[in-house]
Amino acid sequence: MRPYSYVRAQDVAGAVATLAEAPNAAFLAGGTNLVDLMKLGIETPDILVDVRRLTSERIEDLEDGGLRIGAAVPNSVLAADRKVRTRYPALSQALLAGASGQLRNVATTGGNLLQRTRCVYFYDTTTPCNKREPGSGCSAIEGHNKNHAVLGTSEHCVATHPSDMAVALVALEAFVNVQGPGGERRIPIEELHRLPGDEPQRDTTLEHGELITSVDLPPLAFSSNSKYRKVRERASYAFALVSVAAALDVKDGVVRDVRIALGGVAHKPWRATNAEEALRDEPAIRENFRAAADIELEDAQPLRDNAFKVPLVRNVITRTLLELSEER
Amino acid sequence: MDAEIILKVDGTEYQFVADTRTTLLDALRERLGKTSPKKGCDHGQCGACTVLLDGKRANSCLALAAAYDGSEVVTAEGLAENGDLHPMQRAFVEHDGYQCGYCTPGQIVSAVGMLEEAEAGWPSHVTEDLNVEEIILDDGEIRERMSGNLCRCAAYANIVPAIREVSGR
Repeated sequence: MRPYSYVRAQDVAGAVATLAEAPNAAFLAGGTNLVDLMKLGIETPDILVDVRRLTSERIEDLEDGGLRIGAAVPNSVLAADRKVRTRYPALSQALLAGASGQLRNVATTGGNLLQRTRCVYFYDTTTPCNKREPGSGCSAIEGHNKNHAVLGTSEHCVATHPSDMAVALVALEAFVNVQGPGGERRIPIEELHRLPGDEPQRDTTLEHGELITSVDLPPLAFSSNSKYRKVRERASYAFALVSVAAALDVKDGVVRDVRIALGGVAHKPWRATNAEEALRDEPAIRENFRAAADIELEDAQPLRDNAFKVPLVRNVITRTLLELSEER
Repeated sequence: MDAEIILKVDGTEYQFVADTRTTLLDALRERLGKTSPKKGCDHGQCGACTVLLDGKRANSCLALAAAYDGSEVVTAEGLAENGDLHPMQRAFVEHDGYQCGYCTPGQIVSAVGMLEEAEAGWPSHVTEDLNVEEIILDDGEIRERMSGNLCRCAAYANIVPAIREVSGR
């Protein structure tokens, strides 16, 4: 590991100010991804600013009926929270489908959002990777790309975003509160992560020095009828091949409203707005669910090894919506 | 860069100076002689390094010692009280829940932490009803909750009954 200075800031403002002055400094929270990347020489900060004790570890009710999740809330605590389980089950399920018991106890809400791709070439420092080393090339496009993206890829990067939690948060239309050198701002979570384009080294739209302080869940009336389904190669403790988070509002057999987000298919959690649009005011039946999924997947561009993801996503969307429409 | 670190490990307080790159696992093993947590993968994938960190099970290989200055750590060694094995340790012996034994301290600490999580009503990926009040730890639940601990000897067939026996008490 490259040597670095370890700093424990007194407060969020101090942490932000330290980063603002040091272009190669990084925030440290749970460290379950960052420390690993530092061991491998993929992340090489010269200053580590420990923020684990700085942001809130509480889950609080908001006046509008939503919930505010402190950035330091561990994944395990968030998954087990009674309000989250009842009002936002897709979020609990997504968290429980990710990592292991040990990791969930340490990984934080803010850190989960900022974890980096598990693309094998990103991790293998002997191979080119535009995300790790801009301009060096992408080894996955012509390489082993079974786990890679089928939507929103670029000629520079086909990596996927690894978080399960973020997929659920996108379906639940969460907001991310950040504090940075320029003050505070509130970002719709859909705008937090970005597509690779010609800057795959940038996972998010955050500027250097911006710290996630909390995540807000809005009081979506039908979020209690939500679900997360993940398909992976092991029964437990594996990243998603594909995953779906959905919330559905059905009345008299007709879709009143729906939210769908996909994991394992793109550089960011993929909000399936085309499918949502196709479903609104239509009968909540299997054929329509399938047809809507197909509309979303029209632009899919599978690679050599991952064409299976397209029908898999379609089937998982269909089944998840079917279950949500039956459970009501 | 060096940092001064205070850790309470298995009931004893230690004060030492270490490079800020030192992981909690390396600090425990190399600096404090606490060798029950094992270095398996060193990347948080195998669970051999599991300790109770401020009461919760965690991978000590991914924790920087400097970041946990002032924390309390319990290793497998510290689970025994007054020379008596912890019930989980005894159950592993009785059920032959190991072959080579390398993953065993991590398995045992993880199982102890896991039982407390279940006791607190935390659901898992395989819990049918997310809003259930009481968690029943059947084999499926135990396997899911212990998936962060790998055993290359594949002693799972005996590890699961060992944990089930303690959970039933």
